[in-house]
Amino acid sequence: MSTISNLEKGETLGSIQLDPVHRLDLIKYAGASGDFNPIHTIDEEAKKAGLPQIIAHGMWTMGNLAKIFSPYMNEGFIQDYSIRFRGMVFVGDVITLKATLTERESDNMIFDVSAVNQNKVEVLKGQIIFKTDHKFII
Amino acid sequence: MLKGIIGKKSKKVKNTVEAGAVKNFAFSIGDPSPLYIDEVTGKKSRYKRRIAPPTFPFTLDYGVIPELHLPTKGLIHGEQSFHYYRPLFVGEEIFCHFEIKDYYEKFGNNGSMGFLVTKRYGEDLNRDLIYTDEQILILNEVVRKGLIL
Repeated sequence: MSTISNLEKGETLGSIQLDPVHRLDLIKYAGASGDFNPIHTIDEEAKKAGLPQIIAHGMWTMGNLAKIFSPYMNEGFIQDYSIRFRGMVFVGDVITLKATLTERESDNMIFDVSAVNQNKVEVLKGQIIFKTDHKFII
Repeated sequence: MLKGIIGKKSKKVKNTVEAGAVKNFAFSIGDPSPLYIDEVTGKKSRYKRRIAPPTFPFTLDYGVIPELHLPTKGLIHGEQSFHYYRPLFVGEEIFCHFEIKDYYEKFGNNGSMGFLVTKRYGEDLNRDLIYTDEQILILNEVVRKGLIL
């Protein structure tokens, strides 16, 4: 069983390369999230909004990024997850997700997290504080 | 206009963290982790039940602030953060509401931009906080013109 608490400062928890973004990914996310803003699914609407083509929901990428931590969610939980959306994600983009441990403060493990496209542009960047404290268990 | 609605809050809305909704959501972000979707894994876990992925609360109903009239188009999601006091459990009922925290404008290369900061709250049935989330929406001049009533 994998464990997160053995990770050393500066180590990378995971790096996941997603399959190229497919239109269907965004249609599914629209349905599952209830965010039907058409700039994410309909080309004409994206163009009307001044975009070259449809763009991924920022929350789709943010949701994906957290999955680096999912295998460890029985050891603790994500206490803080903050993100700045810096660039657009287009259909066909190949996104790589990364999380690196930068600091440890008792029960808190602080990670720099990012999503980077095939051109090495950070489209999304932020921080996750993973709490390994056990006292909240019900 | 927007400055006048700082501090306004929506009425609390009861939401259920539905297993099916969580499962669909988990698949839609490519994260069908057993702790989110499998009942047996949930029961064996430290939580004794399934939990929801950290960004799932974004999909819940937080009610309305009648004075807030945002367009459905032309908004840019600038920043997003979640703070959890504990994980959100599948099957639980929670109260959700939101609040307008701030609105300010900045001048940049693309003219003036408006920044709307909202904070959302998820509470258990004892009114204890489970999580909060903060969102910054960016409104360009074109969008803001449409908001002048």
